[in-house]
Amino acid sequence: MSSLYHLIDILLPFDWAHHVFMKNALLGVLLVTPIFGLLGTMIVNNRMAFFSDALGHSALTGIAIGVILGMNNPLWSMLCFSILLSIAITIVKNANTASTDTIIGVFSSTAVALGIAILSIRGGFNKYSVYLIGDLLSINIADLIMLAIVLVIVIILWMTVFNKLLVVSINQSLASSRRINVRFYEYLFTLIMAVVVTISIQWVGILIINSLLVLPAAAARNIAQNMRQYHIYSISIAIVSGLSGLILSYFWGTASGATIVLISAVFFLATLGLRLKLQ
Amino acid sequence: MEILRDVNLHIHCGDLTAIIGVNGSGKSTLLKAILGEIPHAGELIFLDAKNNQTRRPVIGYVPQKFDFDYSSPTSVQDIFVALHTNKPVWFSHSKKILEKAHESLACVQAAHLINRRLGSLSGGELQRVLLALSLDPKPDLLLLDEPVSGIDNNGLKLFYKTVSELRENYDLSIILVSHDFNLVAQYADWVIFINDKTVACSGSPEEVFSNQEVIDTFGMGIFKRSSGDSGGADN
Repeated sequence: MSSLYHLIDILLPFDWAHHVFMKNALLGVLLVTPIFGLLGTMIVNNRMAFFSDALGHSALTGIAIGVILGMNNPLWSMLCFSILLSIAITIVKNANTASTDTIIGVFSSTAVALGIAILSIRGGFNKYSVYLIGDLLSINIADLIMLAIVLVIVIILWMTVFNKLLVVSINQSLASSRRINVRFYEYLFTLIMAVVVTISIQWVGILIINSLLVLPAAAARNIAQNMRQYHIYSISIAIVSGLSGLILSYFWGTASGATIVLISAVFFLATLGLRLKLQ
Repeated sequence: MEILRDVNLHIHCGDLTAIIGVNGSGKSTLLKAILGEIPHAGELIFLDAKNNQTRRPVIGYVPQKFDFDYSSPTSVQDIFVALHTNKPVWFSHSKKILEKAHESLACVQAAHLINRRLGSLSGGELQRVLLALSLDPKPDLLLLDEPVSGIDNNGLKLFYKTVSELRENYDLSIILVSHDFNLVAQYADWVIFINDKTVACSGSPEEVFSNQEVIDTFGMGIFKRSSGDSGGADN
């Protein structure tokens, strides 16, 4: 780790990069933004922006369950709850009883309400508000290792199942006519989303995690003509927004997650302008 | 719910069989039942040239309606590569795979569409791309559900011409749900008329189009066939 820090000192001989918390945050951004850039492409393809939003919000209930069970770090209860919620939403969605956004809305608001109700018992909600906006600067070495593992897993999965996920996202009948198990890939993808959203939520924050997932891909989509461009643009926009947002938040004294989202939003507007101009 | 009953058909190898019927008569459902997408109580038997029962054939299918996100940055090449390899489509690809995609598209006069976005294709172009996809891997049986809308007349003619050429060049059977009786009369070897939940009549285009029930249903005149090639061995 110290050699990594040393490398950052050589590469970035600036005042802000001297602080250990900034070095950690920098590494965290470098690990988490490519994951968001990659996953975002498929979330937007599958029109699941609202779904990932619901996953983020369900973290509150996960934290609440962790508190009831007396856990110090509610990560595991958050993970279990978001996985259960994503499976439940997918099952109800496939039963075709109501439109997808209605179903997700119902689950999402119920989960948030349950979380807030439990956490606000005896007026103690304030100490959990850190989860709402997140704190990238609190990221430590153990967190970085976990993020690195998640990044590796996401990359391996993306290398092996991306094409199947793509065919399923284009047209489910086409996928099943090619003997692709549509349900399996649907669950696999929601599972990956649940894990990534839950693990990153303490640094990015419940309120803005979805913007980070959706904005780079949405911006890339404005200008991409094929899947390769889509991925290259999405990952680049995610990384550039992440790094510049972190640095700017240091100077402006703003929350880093929110600053990163704002930069991504600028990218979205710029690419949208480009697209409208080209049309 | 019963949609179709007592369907008893022989589809011959090398034949182009057209299914006609009014909207909602169950034409598309019959194709989906053959595909196995819709449960049915019937039996499908596949026979080889010596009338021995054979393995389930490779079935190619072009749906009537292909719903997808028009704004998706998916190119024609992306979808070909995604169906034929596990290497992510956003990686570089071997020449072999790209050549194969090119070849499949060339078969349906669509090679020039390879770098286009799916959402930017016209109805006829999309149909040909879907046809190219259904031809790779080479099917023994091709099920085509002709789109009711979105394709102009020239596109439709080109589609029939391509399908007809495919039948001549490859040893495959084609079942086609059709709405254009002129083109059916011109290209089909066998016509099946579905009415009142069952096969009301079947036969050569001349026979079917002179059938009183067909005339009563569609109110049309007599059609002439332009070519008279017929099928090969049983499949």
